[in-house]
Amino acid sequence: MKKTLFDKIWDSHVVREEEGFPAILYIDAHFIHEVTSPQAFDGLRKRGIPVARVDRTWATADHNVPTKDQHLPIKELLSRKQVEMLEKNCREFGVELFGLGHPWQGIVHVIGPELGVTKPGMTIVCGDSHTSTHGAFGSIAFGIGTSEVEQVLASQSILQYKPKTMKIEVNGMLKKGVVAKDIILYIISKLSASGGTGYFVEYAGSAIRDLSMEGRMTICNMSIEMGARGGMIAPDEKTYEYMKGRTFMPKGKAWDEAVSYWKTLPSDDDAEYDRVEVFDAADIEPMITYGTNPGMGIKINERLPIHNEKLSESEKKQLKKSLEYMGLEEGQPILGQKVDYVFFGSCTNSRIEDFRLAAQILKGRKKADHIEAILVPGSTQVLEQAKKEGLDTIFADAGFELRGAGCSACLGMNEDKIPPGKYCVSTSNRNFEGRQGPGARTMLVSPLTAAATAITGVVTDPREFL
Amino acid sequence: MQLIKSTAVPLPIENIDTDQIIPARFLKATTREGFGENLFRDWRFDVAGKPKRDFVLNDSTHKGEILVAGRNFGCGSSREHAAWALVDYGFRVVVSSFFADIFKSNALNNYLLPVQITDEELKHLFAILETDPKAEFTVDLSQQILQATTHRLQARFDISPYKKMCLMNGFDDVGYLISKKSMITKYDQSREFDYSNIRK
Repeated sequence: MKKTLFDKIWDSHVVREEEGFPAILYIDAHFIHEVTSPQAFDGLRKRGIPVARVDRTWATADHNVPTKDQHLPIKELLSRKQVEMLEKNCREFGVELFGLGHPWQGIVHVIGPELGVTKPGMTIVCGDSHTSTHGAFGSIAFGIGTSEVEQVLASQSILQYKPKTMKIEVNGMLKKGVVAKDIILYIISKLSASGGTGYFVEYAGSAIRDLSMEGRMTICNMSIEMGARGGMIAPDEKTYEYMKGRTFMPKGKAWDEAVSYWKTLPSDDDAEYDRVEVFDAADIEPMITYGTNPGMGIKINERLPIHNEKLSESEKKQLKKSLEYMGLEEGQPILGQKVDYVFFGSCTNSRIEDFRLAAQILKGRKKADHIEAILVPGSTQVLEQAKKEGLDTIFADAGFELRGAGCSACLGMNEDKIPPGKYCVSTSNRNFEGRQGPGARTMLVSPLTAAATAITGVVTDPREFL
Repeated sequence: MQLIKSTAVPLPIENIDTDQIIPARFLKATTREGFGENLFRDWRFDVAGKPKRDFVLNDSTHKGEILVAGRNFGCGSSREHAAWALVDYGFRVVVSSFFADIFKSNALNNYLLPVQITDEELKHLFAILETDPKAEFTVDLSQQILQATTHRLQARFDISPYKKMCLMNGFDDVGYLISKKSMITKYDQSREFDYSNIRK
């Protein structure tokens, strides 16, 4: 039978599949962090059992860490306690931790690929919905809840029902100024915030193939924003080139063997999917969200939707509620909208290429006076690389503050928050009410659009600077 | 959990994400208890922490163990804290016409029953709650039926046979997986070439 990339990996990881029961799926790599693991470790303690495979468990502190003065003790008591709890649990159960101060610390979904833990053909889980990022390497990677974290810690397996598969093809050449983030925001705006629920997505087509590995990670990262459990892209020469030589990659003969195995993974010709969606890259423009879920996105030069007969009752209601929260008017242009904050960061866009994109526009320019601009790298290694390339000087000259690695203002769990009522143009992944702080108004964009907007102080088409 | 009989609380908003159910800044606790205090925090309380009077949980009109919410409930983050907050507050059932995947698993893992009905049935349910806030409902897990006691509403819902068995008997997934340990070890040892785990 013809198989998809998803089927091949799923089938090779099923320990047992029985009618009426979810499959027992073996997990190759389990990432844990401070926020969604403490209750799971507690569960192990209560049952008196160890972590089944410490060698397949990878820990870091990212969600709740400060991005300033990371060498000092964490000021906020509850945050400090939570990070200390992770340290204590890792010590007690023998899990290696890349915590604050470790040169490999960073956002789980940035460090996995960076260190070479993430490889094609693997099953990867983490108590975080953006685990889909790792799918860019041709792995089945998805977010799980804490009870499931406990399942994996206890047994290196998880109970799962096989999802349906959807292929999303994007074909053709991207226009100038359009990057990976715009592609995924465009797809979500077409399929809606729930359009992918129940599916595991494979992204394909020439526009996806043409993306760098980091661009592919941005695409897979946001699969959950249309409700899909995960997203994946078949491995190719670009994938192998990116991975080769990384710390936790096979070396020598083992590398060659691995590559020949990985080459068997891409979907067979004519493999069947439960659903197929096809988009033309030429239709995509720089994108921005105006509402309170990631499906509420438009092309940057479009106007906001209006309440008209084309909308269903519930869409009208949602639009009204969102615009009230955002302080925006129906039908208004988004270009020129005043902005207060610009946030660069999150597992969506905090890798070195994202920072290079920003630097391309920021070089020799300055941010608008009223803009607060912070850049939070996805990992300590990204930060070091940025310094090596002299990007830190470009950012400093532009008036940006370059911070230490972590999730930061993407979810406003640490002290990096956007104040109530303020507008933030953000390279992150969610524009939910209060996501970046109570009352914060988030507009999701690409790193290029964020940089252009920082300079003018109002929502700006990045093509003006390219 | 077999039969739940209760009045219900309507929240006719679509795409309620887990950041609304429990904002990230309240995820710092390391136990499962106490999250109910901050359930729907920013809809329930103003910036000064004062209850917002027009929010349904602050209004004595509607009470009960059943939450009825708009389509695509629980989208967004995988935080199980959302399910813990609902349970801690006292909800045992959430009714909607569509649930996000991860939320649904999290709810089931915490004996919070997600009841998915059709858009029309949901509309009908909201209409009943608007005219008769004290309307009582029964959720019968064994029959997989949601029913209004004094109104004409009866809706069937789906649940996986495995999860139904877990909920009805109080079983949990971890226990089940531990019981399959030798099978899992055997699988692991049978893998011919395992490139996936290179740890120095």
